[in-house]
Amino acid sequence: MEAVAAAAEAREQLRASFASGRTRPAAWRAAQLRGLLRMAAEMEAEICAALRADLAKPRTESYVHEISLVTSSCKFALKNLKKWMKPNKVPAGMLTFPSAARVSAEPLGVVLVISAWNYPFLLAVDPVIGAIAAGNAVVLKPSEVAPATSALLADLLPRYVDGSCVRVVEGGIPETTALLEQKWDKIFYTGNGKVGRIVMSFAAKHLTPVVLELGGKCPVVVDCNVDLHVAAKRIASGKWGCNSGQACISPDYIITTKCFAPKLLDALKRVLDKFYGKEPLRSPDLSRIVNSNHFNRLQALMDEETVADKVVFGGESDEQQLKIAPTLLLDVPLDSTIMKEEIFGPLLPIITVDKIHESFGVINSMSKPLAAYLFSNDSMLKQQFEMNVSAGGMIFNDTAIHLTNPHLPFGGVGESGMGAYHGTFSFDAFAHKKAIVDRSFLGEATARYPPYTPAKLKILKGVLKGNPVAMVQAIAGFPGGA
Amino acid sequence: MGSVAMEEMPMDLEFGKLVGELREVYESGRTRGLEWRLSQLRGLVRLLEEEEEGIFDALYHDLGKHRAESFRDEVHTPLVAFPATAMVVPEPLGVVLIFSCWNLPIGLALEPLSGALAAGNAAVVKPSELAPYTSAFLVANVPRYLDPEAVKVVDGGAEVGEKLMEYRWDKVLFTGSSRVGQLIMTKAAKHLTPVALELGSKCPCIVDWLDSNRDSQVAVNRIIGAKWSTCSGQACIAIDYLLVEEEFAPILIELLKSTLKRFFTKPEYMARILNEKHFQRLAGFLADRRVASSVVHGGHVNAKTLTIEPTLLLNPPLDSDIMTEEIFGPLLPIITVKKIEDSIKFLKSKPKPLAIYAFTRNEKLKRRIIEETSSGSVTFNDAIVQYGLDTIPFGGVGHSGFGQYHGKYSFEMFSHKKAVLKRSFLLEFMFRYPPWDDSKIGMLRHVYRFDYVSLFFALIGLRR
Repeated sequence: MEAVAAAAEAREQLRASFASGRTRPAAWRAAQLRGLLRMAAEMEAEICAALRADLAKPRTESYVHEISLVTSSCKFALKNLKKWMKPNKVPAGMLTFPSAARVSAEPLGVVLVISAWNYPFLLAVDPVIGAIAAGNAVVLKPSEVAPATSALLADLLPRYVDGSCVRVVEGGIPETTALLEQKWDKIFYTGNGKVGRIVMSFAAKHLTPVVLELGGKCPVVVDCNVDLHVAAKRIASGKWGCNSGQACISPDYIITTKCFAPKLLDALKRVLDKFYGKEPLRSPDLSRIVNSNHFNRLQALMDEETVADKVVFGGESDEQQLKIAPTLLLDVPLDSTIMKEEIFGPLLPIITVDKIHESFGVINSMSKPLAAYLFSNDSMLKQQFEMNVSAGGMIFNDTAIHLTNPHLPFGGVGESGMGAYHGTFSFDAFAHKKAIVDRSFLGEATARYPPYTPAKLKILKGVLKGNPVAMVQAIAGFPGGA
Repeated sequence: MGSVAMEEMPMDLEFGKLVGELREVYESGRTRGLEWRLSQLRGLVRLLEEEEEGIFDALYHDLGKHRAESFRDEVHTPLVAFPATAMVVPEPLGVVLIFSCWNLPIGLALEPLSGALAAGNAAVVKPSELAPYTSAFLVANVPRYLDPEAVKVVDGGAEVGEKLMEYRWDKVLFTGSSRVGQLIMTKAAKHLTPVALELGSKCPCIVDWLDSNRDSQVAVNRIIGAKWSTCSGQACIAIDYLLVEEEFAPILIELLKSTLKRFFTKPEYMARILNEKHFQRLAGFLADRRVASSVVHGGHVNAKTLTIEPTLLLNPPLDSDIMTEEIFGPLLPIITVKKIEDSIKFLKSKPKPLAIYAFTRNEKLKRRIIEETSSGSVTFNDAIVQYGLDTIPFGGVGHSGFGQYHGKYSFEMFSHKKAVLKRSFLLEFMFRYPPWDDSKIGMLRHVYRFDYVSLFFALIGLRR
């Protein structure tokens, strides 16, 4: 009951703050964004420490993947805020002549952001940046699976941003459920499909729109005509360099041709050796698995009967440290669990096909992923990939980095989610685009009104079909009288 | 075959087959090409032009709509609403489901359909069973003008809608009541089906003092048009009630009465009430004694012809049903305030409507309305016309729904904006990769201070 009371109280306080108009002026929004910028700069060490406690995340990943992205997100929002807030004039058209029309962005009100544990700083603050830029009051519910970062956010945010309009509510399932039962003007959720469905069901009760950033199995198709060393590095970087594969856009599995697979395997092994050395479990550059639940889950994926003998590299694990070494598997059966569920870990299956085009069929037999990757120099293949593979986003000849581009929408489709954010899309995700039409009292077309006559209908038809003569007649008040 | 014969198979199997077939058609790539999309859109245009009489007929039978109204609101809007070009990228969502409503049964089916087809999807249209003639019209004609394997019309009642929602769709657009909207979204959540909900609301109209007689007359014309000439007030964007200053109210009421007399010389100039149920609902508003005593014009109802004459009410109690529920009919409450600015506070106390209207020349008031209230749209000095303007988005906010369409927004509603990033193998930054050491971190930090990302993309020529 305490959770329910806390949730209701947070909601009420923010509703009052929003109603007071405090979050509307550009100056307030910019001040909050600058506060977040300062927080990311001044508290870098503390943030890295929390991420290391939660995930053994290497300092470089913490900086490059979380702090710097929050920083550039703030800067981008600050730079574009005025532009985003300015109404957008649009042509008003002949039907309502004379009139003026524009589309103006207004805040939705009080929004709820629920973030995930794998990039616990970034995925909490980035959506909040969008919510603030759009002028909303926000409740942030960080993931309890990353407790150090959650506690840090609860401590830091009130010190750097306006606590009457931006609140952090910590907690697990009961607290999250209590929050979901309240009415919000938007809910932004990052996580998995199972909980995504629950979030949407709660949202449905209040007709609340949602953004769901979910997961999927991000495939990497590797063609034989590529610069193999670079490709291997980029795949490795997107997989093990991203939180040990615990990222929604990490390459989940590879598809390549039977004849190319050995070369690709070799290249990957060499790169892994270079990145993490001969004893990867002792490398400080490899994140650990977030908790024993997930550790056991991943261990089980590897140990499954039809899969265990397909491990061709790695496979070592350390339960104490909760670390699993980068592991490559070759040709696991497509109906094995590792190929049916999102892996979210450092295991990389390689599926082989006879011809590279067959990879499309494999990908399309699964639900739409958040990202799909293709390494190839064949422009025909690339074109076909773009046309025939649906995913939230797509990269040719690299992995993961599309999320750093603020001009690209970042979001899923189908099972991988709905809605998008980053850059302008973050602002749009938390704003309502209100249409405003300003008509004059002139141009009164009596043809509009009853009593209806064939003459009036003729003029109306003409106007609606864009006939200039009819328009003049209409505006001049034909056919006269009523 | 473009439609589903309900009595042949149990609903479950029938719809399973339907959805499966549509998915196959979509997967075959048939709906993706520009040519196909253009041919469907041209087919829609031909349908509207060639079958105009049939449409008028169906709408007349379902709603008693006068053909002028039908043309303006239903035949016409789809003609201007579809976007000029269909693009191959962004990509279609796949197989979509469109629920249309009974009051604009053609428009609310075909307009979103044009967006869905322009975006390259396969589609199912579920018209409202409450407009059976129109429903039958669509079932008969859509397969004749559009690709019957990719575009289907499924008719039937609420149980059909429910059954359809048991399946996963790539998008669902629902136009109708909040109650059903909630059910739709709840079912959609099970499959993570994205939805757009176009719901109802009480659309208020603020009427400020208008100095000139001409302005007042124009305002009254437009108010009447937006209430009684629009399906007899049975429209989500019809004016629900007025807000005026106490002293202006009598003048406005007189003008409304005289203009109503001039306009509605024949009963056929007004659509009838949809059916018995809605008639009872509306008559029920008037049955409340406090409400009945506030009637200042009209009030007569005819259960046989399902008609209610244009009715004006002055200050019915704010807690009565007529002031708490969406009216969706030819009853117009007029609420008075001391100063016109007080109407803003009044609006804010109610759920966000689909549209806010205001007749005023006061620029300050206009600004306050825009900044202090929230609604799908705001229109000054006219009403309803914003619906036909395809350069602005149409949709609600808060209780009036979410998701927007019309014009290019229709295309976007049924598209997935797939982000595509193309990289070359040239230009590798060594410091991207582990093992990490201080010098690499230093380089990265240095680069980041100069906005690494932009620098990065600029260097490889991908910056926009």
